[in-house]
Amino acid sequence: MRVDNDDILRSSGTDVRKCMKCGKCSGACPSFDEMDFPPHIFVSMVERGDAAALLSSKSLWTCMSCFACVERCPRGVEPANVIEAVRASAMSPQGANRMRPEDVPVFLGAAGECLVPQQLLASAFRKYSR
Amino acid sequence: MTKIGVFVCWCGSNIAATVDVDAVSEAIKAAPGVVFATNYQYMCSEGGQAAIRSAVAEHGLTGVVVCSCSPRMHEATFRKAAAGAGVNPYMVEIANIREQCSWIHKDKAEATAKAIALARAAVAKLNLDRPLTAPETPVTKRALVIGGGIAGIQTALDVADAGYEVDVVEKSPTIGGKMAMLDKTFPTLDCAACILTPKMVDAAAHEKITLYTYSEVEKVSGFVGNFTVDIKKRARSVSVDRCTGCGVCSEKCPSKRAKSEFDQGLRERSAIYIPFAQAIPNVPVIDRDTCLKFQTGKCGLCEKVCPSHAVDYSQEDEVITKQYGAIVAATGFKPIGLERFDEYAYSRSPDVVTSLEFERLCNAAGPTKGHLVRPSDGKEPKTVVFVQCVGSREASGIGAMKGKPYCSKICCMYTAKHAMLLREKYPDSEAYVFYIDVRTPGKNFDEFYRRAAEEYGVHYIKGMVGKVCDEGNGRLTVRASDLIENRQLLIDADMVVLAAAVEPDPSARALATLLTASMDTNDFFTEAHPKLRPVESPTAGVFLSGMCQGPKDIPDTVAQAGAAAAKVIGLLSKDRLVGNPCVASCDETLCNGCSACERVCPYGAISYETKTVVDRGAKDERRVASVNEALCQGCGACTVTCPSGAMDLRGFTGRQIMAEVDAICR
Amino acid sequence: MPVESAFQPKIAAFCCNWCSYAGADLAGSSRLSYPADVKIIRVPCSCRVNPLFILRAFQRGADGVIICGCHPGDCHYTSGNYFARRRAALLFSMLDYLGVESGRTRVEWVSAAEGQKFAATMNDFAKTVASLGKCRRIGDLRCRTSES
Repeated sequence: MRVDNDDILRSSGTDVRKCMKCGKCSGACPSFDEMDFPPHIFVSMVERGDAAALLSSKSLWTCMSCFACVERCPRGVEPANVIEAVRASAMSPQGANRMRPEDVPVFLGAAGECLVPQQLLASAFRKYSR
Repeated sequence: MTKIGVFVCWCGSNIAATVDVDAVSEAIKAAPGVVFATNYQYMCSEGGQAAIRSAVAEHGLTGVVVCSCSPRMHEATFRKAAAGAGVNPYMVEIANIREQCSWIHKDKAEATAKAIALARAAVAKLNLDRPLTAPETPVTKRALVIGGGIAGIQTALDVADAGYEVDVVEKSPTIGGKMAMLDKTFPTLDCAACILTPKMVDAAAHEKITLYTYSEVEKVSGFVGNFTVDIKKRARSVSVDRCTGCGVCSEKCPSKRAKSEFDQGLRERSAIYIPFAQAIPNVPVIDRDTCLKFQTGKCGLCEKVCPSHAVDYSQEDEVITKQYGAIVAATGFKPIGLERFDEYAYSRSPDVVTSLEFERLCNAAGPTKGHLVRPSDGKEPKTVVFVQCVGSREASGIGAMKGKPYCSKICCMYTAKHAMLLREKYPDSEAYVFYIDVRTPGKNFDEFYRRAAEEYGVHYIKGMVGKVCDEGNGRLTVRASDLIENRQLLIDADMVVLAAAVEPDPSARALATLLTASMDTNDFFTEAHPKLRPVESPTAGVFLSGMCQGPKDIPDTVAQAGAAAAKVIGLLSKDRLVGNPCVASCDETLCNGCSACERVCPYGAISYETKTVVDRGAKDERRVASVNEALCQGCGACTVTCPSGAMDLRGFTGRQIMAEVDAICR
Repeated sequence: MPVESAFQPKIAAFCCNWCSYAGADLAGSSRLSYPADVKIIRVPCSCRVNPLFILRAFQRGADGVIICGCHPGDCHYTSGNYFARRRAALLFSMLDYLGVESGRTRVEWVSAAEGQKFAATMNDFAKTVASLGKCRRIGDLRCRTSES
């Protein structure tokens, strides 16, 4: 799959060159242990134009879009938005394979209560739906 | 009409080899105003200067053009020579026919033609020159230092040692500033009080130094050499002359609920209090906001118990007006507030402290008598996490709302110090330092930091803390990244110490307005030149000492304080200040009072006043610009900004530059 | 457009006293040549250059005008070069509109240590101006001279 790094930079709406490699995003990320490329490495790879390698990464789908990194980033890099931009470009190609419905994890508890933030559900909906 | 003499220099062969000097002196005779022209081997020599003198005497010259090397080289020489011959020194113009002609051109005809053009331009300009007199103003030989921390104390001592009177204005009840709150100092780990308090005593005892504590600068007028300053001495409610500093009043005071400013709120103090044991003056002050006598009228205990009858509730604020030749801003800094950094749980957990609070917890004179314990339960901490860059280096986005874009400079070093102190006090403790970069430029600084890691076993981890959770059972969970090993850490900590960014003291902004001294976007005072004039404000006569100019550690602060003192001494040692006459002036008949010039002036030299303007016989009362010639540096920004052409720059008037343009475009 | 080789453009260079004029002096003492058509006018600061001076130069037959000042952040008077830059940006675009091509006007930062840069800048600027040929004069409707 081909990916245009400039597109990602544009659609993320942030400037990844502002990153000073402090790692506060990865210090705050609740999904850190589920990620192959934690937020700071993710941003760093986009910065050096290596977004293509991220398209098949686990991180793309384990980011919960909780925005802790956006909130805490001292440089306004907004890592979650960078991840979202790569996610969007992974989904945009016509005819690409997507996850099947049975891959979607169960977010509801026994009593039907929501176990995750509402925002995550919305984000997951975008991730997995056609 | 100016009677002009033109002198063309050969500069040996430097000019004469490429420029036909005879042709130049011959051609320039035709220029308007020129009554005499000649050429000479070395104009800057005694012979050349004598030639100027005799030509002035013989031809009655009122202006001199020298075609020679760059004015940056010999303008002063020729001005002096002209003055010696009885010509106003500002009626001298230089045509640069060496650096800008003979040295860069090879073709003699071409170079000669250019030299003639440059000479014509100089003559055209000189025709419009008017005699100028350099303004002279007397100097008041007394300095004012605003701020009584280590910066202010050092500047005051250095200036006073040179024999000049110095007044120090400090807004808190004692001098000493932030340094007095510190426990140990890097990189030597000697105690701050041991090196600071002797200096405080020296300042108080110095016959040339007057301390105004619990006082503020209220008004500043005048200019370099002649400032008039109103100092408001706030009512202490205790007579400084009578008080012996015995401390009975504080002991007996029934109101003990106020947070001690000196101890960073970690201890409560009485309403009548001495901030700390070595305070200078060692005289209490009544905090009227918490004093029962002032709030309810019922108490008066301190007055009764005072053995020397020093307590005086009727004292009122007093304003003192004094004259100064120089003013030094030494207003210092404070750590930023951390209320908005929710992720570190600073507001929620008492065991998350700032570095300055940690200093007080370590200090033998502090709230715990130097026994380093957790503020929540008084237990000794076993695991302490230090977080660097809290609020520093925050550039944009949501973070910029909370922090500062700059590096606070001192945090890396004091964090290393704190971690060492912890490991020294409790050898079985663990110290974790989370850093983005460790910055240790300074003599013996990097060695100090490495000692913390190598000898004291402090764990340095490259990464940042993302979240601190107060677990509610006295435990703090710290979630952080370790970028080298690419993992996320969860540390169970007893205490978290936050290295809060520094910011200028909030009083600096108001002071800058009073002094018309400029500030940067972070409210640090701007220096006159970032490299070459680092201790002077662009406003003449105002100098900068310490943190008010930018983040600094103690060695840098003391060095800068001394440098500021040297500048002050240089100024005060003069009896009269000779100014630059090439300054802006306002044609009041043209000024429309728009204030545009006032806004662009980097020196605060322009003010507006309402006066009667007489224009062709008609009298009119209106608001016009007025230039303070002692402050104006002659840049000309106002002249171009002025929409009505009222502002002009002497020595470089609009008409003069136009005349030069005309001459070279001929 | 064919350019006559004999064409010698008239160029006025406004140099601030603290950086650029000293840079020009350094170019001189380093014997770095640039065309004799460049003639320097010394001003205390680049912010002293009134747009009127530039208009006057073009009106009186200049073919190019260059303003040289201290590098941003290095202004002797703290902020003068920023004023100069803003004024020049406005004036030059207006001049371009009036038919004085943008190649005839320039702002350049030259420090006192940049003699080399000063000479190179002047050589380049003179070349550009020469390639544009003679500048059409800006007329002054108030006092029409015989040549306009």
